Amino acid sequence: MTDSFVTVGKPKRKVDGLAIVRGKPVYTPDYDMPDALVVKLLRSPHAHALVKNIETEQAKLINDVVDIFTFSDVERIPYTRAGQGYPEPSPYDTFLLDRKVRYVGDPVAIVAAKTEKAAKDALRNIKVEYEILDAVLEMKEATKEGAPIIHDESECAGVYDKSRNIAAHYEMDLGDVEETLKTCDVVIERTYHIDTQLHAALEPHNALTYLDSVGRLIVITSTQVPFHCRRILSHIFNKPIADIRVIKPRIGGGFGGKQSVIVEPYAALVTIKTGKPARITYTREEVSMATNIRHEMSFDVTVGAMRDGKIKAISLHGISNTGAYGEHSLTTFMVSGSKTLPLYNKVEAVHFGGDIVYTNLPPAGAYRGYGAPQGLFPLDCAIDELAYEIKMDPLKLKEINSIREGETSPIFEIMGEGREGVPQTMKSCKLQECIDLGKNEIGWESKRGKKIRNGSKVRGVGCALAMQGSGIPKVDMGAARIKMNEDGSFNLLVGATDLGTGSDTILAQIAAEVLTVPLERVIVYSSDTDITPFDVGAYASSTTYVSGNAVRLAAEKVKDRLFELAGKYLERSVSELSLQSGIITCKDGPSVSLSELCTVHMYTFNQQQISESASFVGEESPPPFAASFAEVEVDTDTGKIALLNFVSYADCGVALNPIQAIGQLEGASMQGIGWALFEDIIYGKNGRMLTNDFFTYKVPSRMDYGKLTCRLVDSYEPTGPFGAKSIGEIGIDTPIPAIANAIFDATGIRLRHAPFKSERVLFEILNMEV
Amino acid sequence: MKIALTVNGKLHDIDIDPGEYLLDVLRRIGYKSVRRSCNSASCGTCTVLLNGKPILSCSTFAASVDGQNIETVEGMADGEKLHPIQEAILEEGGAQCGYCIPGLIMAGEALLRENSDPSDEEIKLALNGNICRCTGYEPQNRAIKKAAKVMRGELDD
Repeated sequence: MTDSFVTVGKPKRKVDGLAIVRGKPVYTPDYDMPDALVVKLLRSPHAHALVKNIETEQAKLINDVVDIFTFSDVERIPYTRAGQGYPEPSPYDTFLLDRKVRYVGDPVAIVAAKTEKAAKDALRNIKVEYEILDAVLEMKEATKEGAPIIHDESECAGVYDKSRNIAAHYEMDLGDVEETLKTCDVVIERTYHIDTQLHAALEPHNALTYLDSVGRLIVITSTQVPFHCRRILSHIFNKPIADIRVIKPRIGGGFGGKQSVIVEPYAALVTIKTGKPARITYTREEVSMATNIRHEMSFDVTVGAMRDGKIKAISLHGISNTGAYGEHSLTTFMVSGSKTLPLYNKVEAVHFGGDIVYTNLPPAGAYRGYGAPQGLFPLDCAIDELAYEIKMDPLKLKEINSIREGETSPIFEIMGEGREGVPQTMKSCKLQECIDLGKNEIGWESKRGKKIRNGSKVRGVGCALAMQGSGIPKVDMGAARIKMNEDGSFNLLVGATDLGTGSDTILAQIAAEVLTVPLERVIVYSSDTDITPFDVGAYASSTTYVSGNAVRLAAEKVKDRLFELAGKYLERSVSELSLQSGIITCKDGPSVSLSELCTVHMYTFNQQQISESASFVGEESPPPFAASFAEVEVDTDTGKIALLNFVSYADCGVALNPIQAIGQLEGASMQGIGWALFEDIIYGKNGRMLTNDFFTYKVPSRMDYGKLTCRLVDSYEPTGPFGAKSIGEIGIDTPIPAIANAIFDATGIRLRHAPFKSERVLFEILNMEV
Repeated sequence: MKIALTVNGKLHDIDIDPGEYLLDVLRRIGYKSVRRSCNSASCGTCTVLLNGKPILSCSTFAASVDGQNIETVEGMADGEKLHPIQEAILEEGGAQCGYCIPGLIMAGEALLRENSDPSDEEIKLALNGNICRCTGYEPQNRAIKKAAKVMRGELDD
């Protein structure tokens, strides 16, 4: 299918690669602004408290301290930090500064100083008197009678039930689960718990703000959502959108952590109040404990089936911990159902529901997978448990019950993100190919159930199937503009936000393919709200599909325009023309290069700028699919788990750039492996995150795994640009269930609480021996 | 106080605060490839070579390296011609967000100067301190292996 393509489907080098390997100044911190004020935040040492009194006069006297702002200096405007389509399905429960603090790390004062040292001195010299309130530090305590109320302020909007700390609630039923379970031979009922995770992007959250020569607010920031950032800043500061420009340079990693508007308002406030440029850069500790983390979730899962393996009913009822603020609370929870349940589409009845609760812990937000991994862990592992109950190969059980090409699930229509979804039938689903290839690669048949032993060490294999989406249908919009230059090159302007994923590159490949020019002839400029067209930004696995379709449409419009102009120029009808390798040729001979065509239209003939724009909103969200396999070796003396091999095969439609696409699958898999085995957040008794640096929070390094094998299968999604669908998130869904299932295969121990720390395994082993 | 640093062969006389870290000084004089991530010597992002050996510039006092020789990724390419490690990183897809890449390239360079034919295990061990949150490491490890081959003259770049 991809053989006829010239530029797409090829492992092209990243268009920004040269700047990256040469160490060019391309990230926000690399922008020099010598007189920028240093912005630092004084943070609450208490999980839940009222600021009774705050004394800043002494700190303001420190040399080089310019100003200090507290809640009494800012207008009390509730907002959500969630970078989502507007109106956002997240509660407006956040204030720039408030008299109440809701987690250890919540900002209390904003310091602006000429030097870093003066800013730090000021932080030490602000005196705050707190009235300490009881705190909610466990999500299961949040809704209990008498629990302290975290959001009791009247200005909040969109909170489901303030009096019970419920930020959001969701419930859906398809058929009658209880009645259907009565007709099942086997019913598995379990509880699974999955802890939070840090994004740990290497570039800390940071932003630079200043006023331009006419007083507009310019914001240079490491964000996944520049247009949402502009809209939210406009709301917070009651400033027209026209007076704000957000520029996104290269981003040093995001993974969802930069899908909320976190640092920008603090620097913007300083610039607005002082008229001076301002820079805010979070320390690693602040990035860890005071941006966003992943939603911790717990699910009661019930799966009912017949002895022959037909799954008839699934219920997932859970609770999600959104921390102190509710950005992305409803939507991540819904995704834990909407992007997992349609996988098992042969069922007769489904229940999904639960509460998303506030706690006095760091606010959770968007994180690669966006709830899907939290939903897949209970779902996949419960099906795995069911397989052992009915003495069936778990892979076989998952295989016979899962969705295939031409099939649908009613869940697609019932559940969207924050609202109903859209009906869709799978036009591309190569799950069977993923299963078959992955199974061979890991050696499933020869290893499963064999408990191969070497002294105290025993081996096992596990599998998991997954799906995701490609953008939020009927919500996410991406747009592109293409402008032609007289040498036959094109400027491609996109609002899409490359956060390291390679989207600038694949979008350029799409334009180059349509316009039949080499990739180098397409110059990409992305995400500057003054210059590029709108795009919701980089999230929900949307860029390839949504922004990619917009680029394809824009390029096709340019191509149509070129034919029209060439027809007039060559005095031929359009139907006689064809475009190949940058030359438009008539059937009867005459031809014109794109360079000549543009040059004459700029300077001498029928003068005009050749330029077109297009927008795209998905009517559906074709899921990518994956089958993953883990092989582990567990030391039964110590509980130590070694990951020997992790294999993941995915169907992402046509991979527009195979190297970049496999890179997404590899990177997401590794992030999932880290979450499964090493990454563990620990809070102190007062709710302070203790694991807030890379010594105490262990992200995987090169020595922490054996083999990682990620591959793509041949597939073609007819609604995608050149057959493509998404690949950015799906890889993170499977490591936790696949590794849990492998640990069971090796040891007979079911770990239902992730991450799978060695001590948890050891305790289970000791329990078994007793 | 004043110190002298040779960076990528160029001599700099610099005024510094005694407590300043090498990372901040290098960035201040224009070597923006040297980047801060963890600020606690635990991620490798800020790796530069000091007299040919990899060090973490976020936790090295500038004053302590007065008169010595520093190399950063800005000095790796020969004009337009990239260093084989840079070339291989691009070819293998070793860079996604790219924030870790300058540090990784310098650590890789230090390895290949000592060991022109490292095994997979030696590469993983030498670069274990260079965290990458994007790639899953495989393409970076492959890139170092490939660059070594090119530098040994066994493969055209």
